[in-house]
Amino acid sequence: MMAQGKIAASFDAEKARADFTILSRQVYGKPLVYLDSGASAQKPDMVLDTMRDFATSEYANVHRGVHFLSAAATDRYEAARRTVQKFLGAASEEEIVFTKGGTEAINLVAYSHLMPVIQPGDEIVLSVMEHHSNIVPWHFLRERQGAVLRWVDVRDDGSLDIEALDAAIGPKTKLVAITHMSNVLGTIAPLKDIVARAHAKGALVLADGCQGAVHEKVDVQALDIDFYVITGHKLYGPTGIGALYAKKAHLKTMRPFNGGGEMIREVSKERITYADPPARFEAGTPPIIESVGLAAALDYLTGLDRVAVAAHEQDLLAYARQQVRQFNWLRVIGDAPGKGAILSFEADGMHAHDLATILDREGVAVRAGHHCAQVLMERFGVASTSRASFALYNNRSDVDALVAGLSKARGILG
Amino acid sequence: MDNALRELYQEVILDHSRHPRHYGSMDNASHKAEGYNPLCGDKVTVYLQLDADGRVSDIKFEGKGCAISQASASMMVDMLKGRTAAEADRLMKGFLHLVKGEDASDLPEDDRERLEVMGGISAFPMRVKCATLAWHTYKNAVEEGAT
Repeated sequence: MMAQGKIAASFDAEKARADFTILSRQVYGKPLVYLDSGASAQKPDMVLDTMRDFATSEYANVHRGVHFLSAAATDRYEAARRTVQKFLGAASEEEIVFTKGGTEAINLVAYSHLMPVIQPGDEIVLSVMEHHSNIVPWHFLRERQGAVLRWVDVRDDGSLDIEALDAAIGPKTKLVAITHMSNVLGTIAPLKDIVARAHAKGALVLADGCQGAVHEKVDVQALDIDFYVITGHKLYGPTGIGALYAKKAHLKTMRPFNGGGEMIREVSKERITYADPPARFEAGTPPIIESVGLAAALDYLTGLDRVAVAAHEQDLLAYARQQVRQFNWLRVIGDAPGKGAILSFEADGMHAHDLATILDREGVAVRAGHHCAQVLMERFGVASTSRASFALYNNRSDVDALVAGLSKARGILG
Repeated sequence: MDNALRELYQEVILDHSRHPRHYGSMDNASHKAEGYNPLCGDKVTVYLQLDADGRVSDIKFEGKGCAISQASASMMVDMLKGRTAAEADRLMKGFLHLVKGEDASDLPEDDRERLEVMGGISAFPMRVKCATLAWHTYKNAVEEGAT
């Protein structure tokens, strides 16, 4: 853990907290303690201001009109694409496809890249800690085209067994689909190592970066990864926008998914020709204002010292982990070395929903349930867990409120 | 703790959730159904023995879930046992009104008094589904669950 003083020098969490108006509100007469950023992060005022400014001064549809506003809006939309490109370290802006979120980005790869080529018996390797959004699209390929899903387990501490993953990749593996960071365990997957091992056997790799990109700096070129997925609303940006990074070579061969305006070159009664990527995969009017909001959010995030932000979040996780050790009735699920700032747990005799209700009345917002990760729930033999997820705007007082709420819940339910 | 929480987690409810009545499976059930809340993963199975005229001659449940869903299931089986079809139906409708904070004056006085402990749930709209899971499952068992 980094020394407190050093964190304060490069990242001031209290100052950042003031950037988020919603965090100053109260619920049930108590200060809001928002520990559910893993589900969706709050947005700094500058993101909302930027969206409003854009909508009130430069908004029109993109890539269409010749008029002034359409040109201005197109410039902002394409500038947002370059912001995402830089954020992910992509070689070209043409490798960034805007989607409505992470789920659509993964489905795009399933429908456009794999569906046209996958044969019965071909394999997709995935881990048991995937979110449903990185499971269900592959189940579609299993159901409809006879693909085989090969599951890689995690260890009891939640860490990924890289040798087991390597062993699961065989000559028939078409894709390794893996989360960059588990939304339940916080486990970080060693993407560079995974990509090297997969490529050595001729398999491609898709990483679900919906959690990972929030907490870790991503460089898709250094990773040499084939597909990387982000969603805006977990990155302190708006809902309704996400992005798929795909290597240019893959985008060129991918079959269009949605058909409509914007994605074609020519349409006649007899035939169609398609626009070049990324437009080929962006049928219809895209989320324009949201793209500008996403770019603002990424600007906000990259304007901070991200190493210091990560150290701040790690400090909160370590503090919370240490604080809950006093509760011998609480079991933390996921203690992998180097994990991200997510604390999942179950409590003896207390169902996650009862716990979350009591915490809620204390102003503490946590997630309770299966977290869209039922395969992982089954792995750990639980129906649900409670989850506190930490963001850049959280502080140790938030952890203290969580711990006090847990004690109270124990008093009521225990 | 605040009043709403005290209302929600009354001792009667906690007692039912910790020591559910008529808990377990039933080999010779005439009707049964499984209920599942995909939002939270709560599961409940309701077993019934219905007489020819629809009277609930025996009822049991088993399942996993939060204190509210377990207590509600436990109170339900406790109260439904021995009821005629018409009485059971009135009880269910009254209960569903009660947990949504609606008028439950159709319920007979003594039933309403017993069920009133569940009334606190109406202040927690996100949790109403927990309380109604067992009752909906009971209804499914009666209507479509003949074994």
